[in-house]
Amino acid sequence: MSGGNGGSTQGSGSPGLSAVDRFALLPQEMEDGGGSWLEISMGPQHPSTHGVFRMDVVLEGETVVKLKPVFGYLHRNHEKIAEGTSYLSSMPYTDRLDYFCSLTNNWAYALAVETLVGLQVPERAEYLRVITAELTRLQNHTCLAGFLMQDMGASGTPLMYGFREREFILDLFESLTGARMMCNYMRFGGCRCDTPAGWLDQVRTVVTDYPQFLDEFENLLTGNEILMSRTQGVGVLTKELAVNASISGPCLRAAGVDYDLRKVDGYGIYPRFPFRVPLGDHGDTYDRYMLRILEMRESLKILEQALKEIPEGPVIDPKAKLRGFRPKPGEAYGRIEGPKGELGFYLISDGGANPYRYRVRPPSLINLTVLEDLCLGHNVADTVIILGSIDIVLGEVDR
Amino acid sequence: METLEQIRMRVLAACPEAVVDLVLNPAPSAQHSLRVDRDHLATVALFLREDPSLRMDYCSNVTGVDWPDRTEKVKVKKTVDGVEKEVEETRGIPGCLEVVYHLYSVALKHGPVILRVRTLDRAQEVAVPSLTPVWRGCELQEREIFDLFGVRFDGHPDLRRLLMWEGFKDHPMRKDYVDPDDFEYEPTPHDRVLERAKPYQDRGGTA
Amino acid sequence: MSSSLNPSSDLRAQGVVVTSIQDLYNWGRKNSVWPLQFGLACCAIEMIASTMARYDMARFGSEVFRPSPRQADLMIVSGTVTKKMVPQIVRLYNQMAEPKYVIAMGACAISGGPFKQGYNVLKGIDRYIPVDVHIPGCPPRPEALIHALMTLQEKIGNQSLTGEGRPRHLRADAPSEFPIPKQGSHDVEPPFNPDVWKAPRVPVRG
Repeated sequence: MSGGNGGSTQGSGSPGLSAVDRFALLPQEMEDGGGSWLEISMGPQHPSTHGVFRMDVVLEGETVVKLKPVFGYLHRNHEKIAEGTSYLSSMPYTDRLDYFCSLTNNWAYALAVETLVGLQVPERAEYLRVITAELTRLQNHTCLAGFLMQDMGASGTPLMYGFREREFILDLFESLTGARMMCNYMRFGGCRCDTPAGWLDQVRTVVTDYPQFLDEFENLLTGNEILMSRTQGVGVLTKELAVNASISGPCLRAAGVDYDLRKVDGYGIYPRFPFRVPLGDHGDTYDRYMLRILEMRESLKILEQALKEIPEGPVIDPKAKLRGFRPKPGEAYGRIEGPKGELGFYLISDGGANPYRYRVRPPSLINLTVLEDLCLGHNVADTVIILGSIDIVLGEVDR
Repeated sequence: METLEQIRMRVLAACPEAVVDLVLNPAPSAQHSLRVDRDHLATVALFLREDPSLRMDYCSNVTGVDWPDRTEKVKVKKTVDGVEKEVEETRGIPGCLEVVYHLYSVALKHGPVILRVRTLDRAQEVAVPSLTPVWRGCELQEREIFDLFGVRFDGHPDLRRLLMWEGFKDHPMRKDYVDPDDFEYEPTPHDRVLERAKPYQDRGGTA
Repeated sequence: MSSSLNPSSDLRAQGVVVTSIQDLYNWGRKNSVWPLQFGLACCAIEMIASTMARYDMARFGSEVFRPSPRQADLMIVSGTVTKKMVPQIVRLYNQMAEPKYVIAMGACAISGGPFKQGYNVLKGIDRYIPVDVHIPGCPPRPEALIHALMTLQEKIGNQSLTGEGRPRHLRADAPSEFPIPKQGSHDVEPPFNPDVWKAPRVPVRG
């Protein structure tokens, strides 16, 4: 069941493997430290586990000695359903993966299919994709900041502020796509429909008002002594471990690694937007939090430019086939920089109407690879904060 | 980044006993892959990670694929009653499970290099070497492939089921998996759902 | 001349409130329903949004969401119920103290929803525990959840304390704990609780 004595000889140079000894034993198999170790199970119903997520934590006093995450409480076998439905019918299921950020999920899937088939997307659709993706990033990071504060004990007030702003953005999504959360807006070759009259002006209003909200938020929080003492130095992630463990998104950049898919892959029309990629120095929880605030400010810059430059035109490739869509046999891997990390879709087509293999690369699950490494040696209260700062959504972890 | 053919030549130069095939991808995405045999997968992976011009230090995605047994009709020349004829024969192609690795480089910002490895069959010989010692990010994804497909990864530090519960016996993502009959109510049943719903019609009460 | 048949409305017009024990009891119960903090999936986000500033569910009496089932009256099952999670849900329901209510929020909690074909998805939480209000939607809007809460309040308000229509916690013979399903090697066992859920008749065409 578990690997041998944990002494793996291959690739001994890779970092983070000093924890491999601990891998070999499950919590119930370890010696109990002379009877002073306590094993608790945090979750799946727990106020702070961000969904149905369970951690088996072994404590010595208050210090974490071992931590084993348990997944699968929300496993809805999205991949198996996708093998039985057509390509377009899987689009609403992608909304429900990372249920905060449905529009970026849609884009990732549309990108994968467009890579598989070789479709071109018209200009206006690309701009709409960028606008909706950056709005999604804004509301995701805002909510994350709110949830992180709630885990820290600021019972609900920053979350209220965050959700207040999120409601404005959800109003925009509702008038554009018809739904607050499960937008189902992207299609292969463009977007589903054009913007209603006045929508772009509403977005401009939201974008103009947002920096004021960010300033208010930061005034209350960023220099806050409690926040700083609870997050600085907590859950430090080194660069080498981050890259080796395939961490992506804000967690990777907080560790100091300059890898943002919007710059590296340059998918869509992102190369036209000059924006900075903030990087963290220490890789601790405070860096992960601050990085998201800075990313929000960069997103606002992208939005301002996109709203100025958006052209008129069709929103879907006129040659795109929506009904009877049968891509030729082959495979493709398409990935985007989602708010949580690198969201990728790997599709294998056998020429039929349904994909032969449909795989979601879940950033939240892979970011949890290092959860144990980050939590060891810290208090159990810090576990909650570290989990909150990694930013997971169970719909994506378990799919 | 070099082309995949050049990478393949350099891999073969570095690990001469490895069997590395180029798998062409007919789709416009042009993401071709390298199929490596099981015994040399770990050496090839280490080479890709350490080579100065490739530096594939980021394993982005690990996928399991199920290729079930299938038959195909082949025309063969056979001598029948002394006359050479072309006869159609059905040939069985044994199935296997396949693991696909998508590798990128964070240091040099290029990619992807796609590695594939196949198991020998779907029933008994389902072990492949684990690449978790090379890229830690494969850890949870390989556990998931073990859970849902049944591929055993030798050298994985903690191979347990990830998404299903410990006592679960099947490998659900395989193509021949039949899900349990738990009475899925459907207002307009047809075909399979109707067949499965028939035994419950007498037991059930009014809706 | 007062012709109303209800004398209390006369008195109320003059500032005097007359009520019965039953009304008072039910009024107290329905206006202070405390939900359990129990979000499973996407519907949980709409549940959280309904407690936030715009849709404020606290003004309906659900002031706090309690993390502990011992202190909660209402379990809002929001999100897909998976077979791995079902023993935990039934255990939590058993731990709640009477009187307790369940709202099945969203298509997944009612019947499995869009993920109905799943090997790990339970086709509706009402297979194991009794559900009082079902909210369709994927996800239902926060207003729908508030409407469901109001419907539940109406249901509580109309429960009589004696006789046949009395609530479960006043009946000696009604169960308040339900057996917890076990996770077998292919499925949860039993696949549903026959005392709580009966398979509906499937209409046969042709």
